[in-house]
Amino acid sequence: MAGDVVELENVGLRYSDAGAETLRDVRLRLTRGGFYFLTGPSGAGKTSLLKLLYLQQRPTRGLLRLFGEDVAALGRDRLPAFRRRIGVVFQDFRLIRHLSAFDNVALPLRVSGTSERDLREPVREMLAWVGLSKRQDAKPATLSGGEQQRVAIARAVIGRPELLVADEPTGNVDPGMAERLLHLFDALNQLGTTVVIATHDVHLFGRAGRARLLRLEHGTIADPTGEFAHPPRAAALAAAG
Amino acid sequence: MRQPASLRLDAPERRLLPDGRAEGPMPWVLAIMLFLLILAAAGGLAMTRAAAGLGEGIADRVTVQIVEADPAARERGTARALQLLAADPATRRAARVPDAEVAALVEAGLGEGALAAEVALPAMIDVDLAGGAAAVDELRARLRAAVPAARVDANGRWLAPVADLVRLLRLLAAGLMVLMLAASAAVVALAARAALNGHRGTIETLHLLGATDRQIVRLFQRRIALDAVFGGAVALAAAAAVLLLLGARLAELQSSLVSLAALRPSSWALLAALPAAGVLLATLVARATLLRALRRGP
Repeated sequence: MAGDVVELENVGLRYSDAGAETLRDVRLRLTRGGFYFLTGPSGAGKTSLLKLLYLQQRPTRGLLRLFGEDVAALGRDRLPAFRRRIGVVFQDFRLIRHLSAFDNVALPLRVSGTSERDLREPVREMLAWVGLSKRQDAKPATLSGGEQQRVAIARAVIGRPELLVADEPTGNVDPGMAERLLHLFDALNQLGTTVVIATHDVHLFGRAGRARLLRLEHGTIADPTGEFAHPPRAAALAAAG
Repeated sequence: MRQPASLRLDAPERRLLPDGRAEGPMPWVLAIMLFLLILAAAGGLAMTRAAAGLGEGIADRVTVQIVEADPAARERGTARALQLLAADPATRRAARVPDAEVAALVEAGLGEGALAAEVALPAMIDVDLAGGAAAVDELRARLRAAVPAARVDANGRWLAPVADLVRLLRLLAAGLMVLMLAASAAVVALAARAALNGHRGTIETLHLLGATDRQIVRLFQRRIALDAVFGGAVALAAAAAVLLLLGARLAELQSSLVSLAALRPSSWALLAALPAAGVLLATLVARATLLRALRRGP
């Protein structure tokens, strides 16, 4: 569909030939500008599904479309262009330990060729938003877990990605900061970014009014009404009802 | 127009890896390899010069001896031989070696004062010929017809084993250079792979943030090139010191063959260019190794 940022059709993922499928028969469409929470018990495959979305993994079977293009068999040389359209908050943050908070946040802009002059102000603003103005020169090793997480979030959103994928983005921050970060995601979503947040934090669900809940169980999306496999039909049914 | 990001490597981007050169012994191993490469090249260049010198200066040289016990007959034969040589178009130069010099040559072998006054030494004429072996044969025939006591010795015949040895040494030097270059390339490839393994996490993160293989390769390639520059500078300094010292010692020998092999300024320029070639080779090998390794990744 033209309005879908992400489309998965019968997607399966296994990490080794001998192992069982971590994800199986996943059918999912995420519409442009949507806000989604991905939930499910530990081991259900949330992180694996996110890895497919930010192109760390490719499906072992099925169709994966991002931004309208089949990326399951995309050539390596075309991956960077897709990845630059996606912001990622990794569960383990993946900050580069030799770089300051400023340089870590500036990384996506530098990778995409933004000049130093053009990136300085946005990076400072973003660090201020996540409350780390005074820590911009600090290396990750000297930051607390929560501070590292905020740097990771700032890095994920600095380039105004079309798709934001966040794996437990508020796991290490206090409730006040969690709410502030959720506002940040919400603001980004209102600018058109599709947001997918994997979380166990039930308090977050109610704070983003437009958010929809995706539940992953045993490696597949629990979607009894077909709401996520066929969003237009679900929308039509809702309108008829 | 702004330069594409993949070709740019400004200061902030360089900081993606820890400061300084690559870890490990690679710069020093490269320095040793390049040092040996320069020495091998110097040897090869010296041998090339010596071989050329032998060909040009000595191989066309002929010694005519008038072996005659009667001094008067020896003088007549010598004068006749000089006449013939002067009239021969193949002769570029013909000069009699003074008797005192001949005596000194013999004494050099037998010891000073060992030569009795009554021993008859041959008269000797140094001749430079044009025309190669055919001209020597022709001269020999004509001289023997006119002066039966004349013996013609082509110096090239005596020098042929020396020339063969010089050629062999030159080949050996070339072979050593090839081996050194191959070993240097292998060291760089290993160092490049080690660098990738050491920064696997950073590389994966950069990839996931949208960095291209070429952007990542440039980070490592620059560091390896810096290491190679360091190794090349050390190698050049050490090799220059060794070659200058060796040159000074060889000059003391006052040997004509050694003087033929002395390095000229153009040879020094070539040797100085070798570390630069080493840096280029290291950079290209690193680039190819890194790109190949990254393409095998996810």
